Amino acid sequence: MTPLQRIQEKFSKEIIETHAFRGDETVIIRPGALLAVAQFLKETPELDFNFLMDLTAVDYLFFAGGRIQKKSRFEVVYHFYSLKNNQRLRLKVPIDEENPEVDTLSDLWPSANWYEREVWDMFGIRFKGHPNLKRILMYEEFKGHALRKDYPFNKRQPLIGPMN
Amino acid sequence: MSSASNFFTSKLSDTLGWARKYSIFQYPFVTACCGMEYMSTAAGHYDVDRFGAGFPRFSPRQSDVLFVVGTISHKMAPVLKTVYDQMCEPKWVVAFGVCTCTGGFYDNYSTVMGIDTIIPVDIYIPGCPPRPENVIDGLMKLQDKIQRGEQSRTLYDPRTKTGRPAHVQQGYTIAQHIKDIESAT
Repeated sequence: MTPLQRIQEKFSKEIIETHAFRGDETVIIRPGALLAVAQFLKETPELDFNFLMDLTAVDYLFFAGGRIQKKSRFEVVYHFYSLKNNQRLRLKVPIDEENPEVDTLSDLWPSANWYEREVWDMFGIRFKGHPNLKRILMYEEFKGHALRKDYPFNKRQPLIGPMN
Repeated sequence: MSSASNFFTSKLSDTLGWARKYSIFQYPFVTACCGMEYMSTAAGHYDVDRFGAGFPRFSPRQSDVLFVVGTISHKMAPVLKTVYDQMCEPKWVVAFGVCTCTGGFYDNYSTVMGIDTIIPVDIYIPGCPPRPENVIDGLMKLQDKIQRGEQSRTLYDPRTKTGRPAHVQQGYTIAQHIKDIESAT
């Protein structure tokens, strides 16, 4: 049984969509179920996804030049890897624009700590329960979130010196 | 020059310039990929020590020339300014690579578009990264400048597209800075 099938079996109500391409499996789940699914992936001995390879976000505002309108503006994307089974799994969680918040995974994978700070810094998505959610790349004086699609590409916020 | 009575006559400033240009204590402010080319210039093959500049000091108090090697982000800019302010006079600044000269191919929220908006620059060495020959060419031009006793005192102001005296920068307050941001966006 693949990890995808196991999640489908256990969390059938929480799954929005799944797909698989040449052994790379993707699951899109409801944000409320993230913690339970993540815990299941990490702590089930046969799955044993002990490595959080990547955690990032996507802003779907103006997606495909505005032709495709997604229900939720953001998606947080998790890439898990099991060193034991040499297996990967991609997990996506849609996040609404009005309340961009999702549970932190830093208690399960400590590496999520800095990834989540980066996502907060660049996209302004909050992680509930994060021990130290502050900017990691930009300075504290920076206003807004630089990788949001509605952040003006020519907006500059220098700490010292003139606008340029 | 030498006369029959074996006296050496020259201007003091010439002698000082001559001494200074062959004992450049450099401060390498290396932040990015240009650092590789800086290292190859400094290493044996191109041997920047031939020009008396082979002695990097990692304290701004002890150095004469600030080599800014690599992209400077807005987060790094106050650090660069502090390092420059800590250097003792006389001091010179070399902008190494296009990122330090103009921002290079960066045009985004994080990159300073030329360090000459923050600190006065004496020599610009363009290139992405510049070849060691190019760096040595810039270094020799800097030596000429040191010999002449010249130092850059102007900053580039992108709003007026002109230079302005560096001391104006010192009075540049946070309040003015916030006003600038708001008027530009």
